[in-house]
Amino acid sequence: MRRGRGLWWAWFGGAAGAHSKEAGSSFLGKMAAPLMLILILAVTIRAALYRSNLADLIAERVEVVSPLTAWKRVVEGLALLDLGVSPYSGDVFHETPLIIYLFHFVVDYAEITFMLADVLTAVALYKAVKEYNKQVFRKQKFALEADRYPLDCLELIRTPKEMYYIPLKVATFYLLNPFTILSCVAKSTCALNNAVIALFFLATIKGNVLLSAIFLALATYQSIYPLSLCAPALLYFMQRQYIPVNYRRASFWWFLAQYAFIYLGSLFIIVGLSFFLLGSWDYLQSVYGFILSVPDLTPNIGLFWYFFAEMFEHFRLFFLFVFQINVFFYTLPLSIKLKDHPVFLMFMQLAVISIFKSYPTVGDVALYLAFIPVWSHLHRFLRNIFLVACVLLACSALFPVLWHLWIYAGSANSNFYYAITLLFNVAQILLVSDYFHAFLRREHHLSYGLYLKRKDGSEATLVLK
Amino acid sequence: MGLLSDPNRRRALISLLVRLNTPISVVCYFAGVAWFMGLAFEPFTLRTYMSENAMGSTMVEERFPAGERALASGKEFSAHKKKVGGMPVDWLVKTMQDRGLEVFTQRFSRTLPFPDENKERYMVKGTNVYGILRAPRAPRTEALVLSAPCSPGDQNNQAVGLLLGLAQYFRSQIFWAKDIIFLVNEHDLIGMQAWLEGYHHTNTTGMDWSPLQGRGGSIQAALTLELSTDVITSMDLVLEGLNGQLPNLDLANLFYAFCQKIGILCTIQGKLQRNDWDSVSGYSHSIQTLMMMVMKQASGRPWGDHGLFLRYHIEAATVKGVNSFRQYKTDATTIGRLLEGMYRKLNNLLERLHQSYFFYLLPSLSHFVSIGYYMPAFGLLTVILLLRVSFRIFHLEVSSPGVLSVLTPLVISHLTGAALYALPTRFQEIAVEHFPVSETEAVVLTAIAVYTAGLALPHNTHRLLTGEGTEQGWRVLKLVAVLYLAVLLGCTALINFSLGFILALTLVPAAVLVTPHRPKVLTAFTLVILSPACTLLFSVFFFQELQEMPVTFQEGWLLYLSVISQGILDHFLYGSLVFPLIALLVYPCWLLFWNILFWK
Repeated sequence: MRRGRGLWWAWFGGAAGAHSKEAGSSFLGKMAAPLMLILILAVTIRAALYRSNLADLIAERVEVVSPLTAWKRVVEGLALLDLGVSPYSGDVFHETPLIIYLFHFVVDYAEITFMLADVLTAVALYKAVKEYNKQVFRKQKFALEADRYPLDCLELIRTPKEMYYIPLKVATFYLLNPFTILSCVAKSTCALNNAVIALFFLATIKGNVLLSAIFLALATYQSIYPLSLCAPALLYFMQRQYIPVNYRRASFWWFLAQYAFIYLGSLFIIVGLSFFLLGSWDYLQSVYGFILSVPDLTPNIGLFWYFFAEMFEHFRLFFLFVFQINVFFYTLPLSIKLKDHPVFLMFMQLAVISIFKSYPTVGDVALYLAFIPVWSHLHRFLRNIFLVACVLLACSALFPVLWHLWIYAGSANSNFYYAITLLFNVAQILLVSDYFHAFLRREHHLSYGLYLKRKDGSEATLVLK
Repeated sequence: MGLLSDPNRRRALISLLVRLNTPISVVCYFAGVAWFMGLAFEPFTLRTYMSENAMGSTMVEERFPAGERALASGKEFSAHKKKVGGMPVDWLVKTMQDRGLEVFTQRFSRTLPFPDENKERYMVKGTNVYGILRAPRAPRTEALVLSAPCSPGDQNNQAVGLLLGLAQYFRSQIFWAKDIIFLVNEHDLIGMQAWLEGYHHTNTTGMDWSPLQGRGGSIQAALTLELSTDVITSMDLVLEGLNGQLPNLDLANLFYAFCQKIGILCTIQGKLQRNDWDSVSGYSHSIQTLMMMVMKQASGRPWGDHGLFLRYHIEAATVKGVNSFRQYKTDATTIGRLLEGMYRKLNNLLERLHQSYFFYLLPSLSHFVSIGYYMPAFGLLTVILLLRVSFRIFHLEVSSPGVLSVLTPLVISHLTGAALYALPTRFQEIAVEHFPVSETEAVVLTAIAVYTAGLALPHNTHRLLTGEGTEQGWRVLKLVAVLYLAVLLGCTALINFSLGFILALTLVPAAVLVTPHRPKVLTAFTLVILSPACTLLFSVFFFQELQEMPVTFQEGWLLYLSVISQGILDHFLYGSLVFPLIALLVYPCWLLFWNILFWK
């Protein structure tokens, strides 16, 4: 133990302190080359797939595109717009007005736009995670200097060596994830939503309240559900500005009001702008009504379609409320539990949204999976990660197989496909709860020591009940 | 959740699994095989029953009278066929028109990727003739198909005769609610493919055909008739279609029910059913029938002209008249009545056949094994892989050996697989120029050459990049390979149970046995024996044995070569998935195990 203590002083007290400032610039210089390499590799793969005849096949897959994000529907909307008809007049188009105006100008460069969106997301995540790691490191240093950690927790302390490659890994996980690649090749507008959320994450981590609120408004405008990300953002800002999270303090309410004002203001401006672009409020019903009331029951990787297809009509409204509230339900308890760890809360929220939203696609899954390397220090506490990874992998392979059996061969039926959907979602939930448990357990060990003793002195184990 | 969350219980479970891994694996393997063998035991199977209400309760009276006349027109057809030297299109068109059908023809041509030596064809040109009997009682939105192939030589003339006879008889009846399409297709499956593609406006295989001039409604069911003799002793039902797809079990039930009613001997896989299930010979009879079905299904090829209908969501089967020189004889009138009855019942359908099973195996026509019964046999085999995975995991240290040492063998074996897929058809011309072989031989031999070259190529490829392979390296590679195999077999078994099961029977032991520390020569030999190519070779011999036509090794080898060429042709002509599956996925997966064996 003595020796260990000496060692970490050498690490953190000496080396790290000297590092922290100068390292900043060389850090970026050293890391930019591998990031560039990965970006080029990712863009090459996408460009090659766009040229191959797989692209059409992928664009038809229900796992990759939902009625909300399908490129086919964007093209349809554009055609209607060009004809001078409201794109929302049919029941096909469900994109927001800003998206359709964006593609009105760049429709000829759609492939480049989608590749750019992916690159933008990856770079934003990269920068944000780098900044976050610096903060984690700084915080850890203060805690060490204040002797706040128990002595036997030294092996839990994170070292700059292992943290060095995390941002790069995050970018890689996002860009080279087959889910992201599929989503990009299918030109699913999910990529754009992801980019907005990644920018919101970056702005938040950088401490920019204004941009954070604006991007959050934009993300909400795009798909409603990111609304629940305001909780981690607020907690993060308050932590950063040393505002106590206490409803009896005026400063708390004042900050809340500021953020809400910017958020609602920008949301109002965006919504107003959309109105003036199209001159009608049709889109509210077509986009948000469509998201919330789930009229399209095309199979996807989510939980809604089968359930609502099977349900008696008069229960529909009730269960709509249940399912939609479910998405936001976890925000409050998670926020209370993870009050001091807003970035982990953000990860949890993203996962919850992508599991429980009404039209999830693999692009949504890819976004929160990109955060996995950030929590690489939790791996020793993860219990089912391998099992879950295998199940996720097997499900991804089984989706097309069962789809084939159901739709083309006609020999299986929707139950087969839904069984896999269910398994896929259970695996995702297990994955997220496993990370949650590991995170809490590490925190527990950091305050109570790694080797827990029972009252009688024998070795104790933590049991989750 | 207790197991997942309570560390004490987890530890207990894990130690149990690790300690008992080998015995459990062995027990699972034999249990899987035993389960499969048990499927043919009659008390374990279910009796077939008609699930479709529309076909079950209604009474049908069969009155087809004109068997002799049908045979006469069969003779006439054969004479015209001989005169023209192929499909007598004009005669057929005229005869069908005389019988009151709307007649159309379709021309098609197709150049095979390489000559088909079994059927001696390379550049195929032909014509399909079909006549539509319009439904008098309904809005013509649905149709049924009766087809008979126009085969070269003296085959199937009676089938065409009976088809014409039925057309004439059906025309005079008023209760048809679905269009009935009478199709005579030339060049068996190629003609059928052209007609189906034309009918559904798709072109999946790049074939040339003239568009269809007349159409009926959406096809609900189809039967293909094959009769080659005037004297029929029994009727055989063929169900196995493309990629091992089977029609709804109700179609088989329908056939069985009418055979019982009219009193025709009916067989499946050419085997009569027996009632002495409790005797050894009775059991071996039904297990043989079951295994024949498994082998045929695993081959993934259409075993009759009906096989291509299934792809379009059309329930179809082939009905074959067999003369097996028994005492019991059936005349053409009776067969006509059988078909009439079946079409009358199919005519009553309100929706597509969907009530009964799509996943089944038949140990006899009166008993079936459904997916819930046969899947455990496969499940028990895959459990071994999962056990191995869990075993590996708990033995793995945290340090990972680097992605490259695992990725390189993966990439290289898949490249070899891609070569196995692409090279044989690409290089046939070069091979024919330089070696004294025909095109077909060139293709097959190239495939075997690439396959064998793959064995020499990928050893220790990881060393190119990462230097010395580590102990950790092969463990991770094995983990990846076993997982890969588990997912691959699972997906295969869902689409084609038989193929998945046969592959699992051989590949699972290979996956479990292989480590770099075993005696090299012996393990390498075992691994080669268990490789997909040898599995195919054994299957060929086994299949011949099942058909009670044992072959010598020489003949077996020739048969093996022709099976390979047929498999490749099936892929390029009809889109069968077995060849690409083996070449692109199964073979590379097996190469990974080969790689582990020679890990240094």
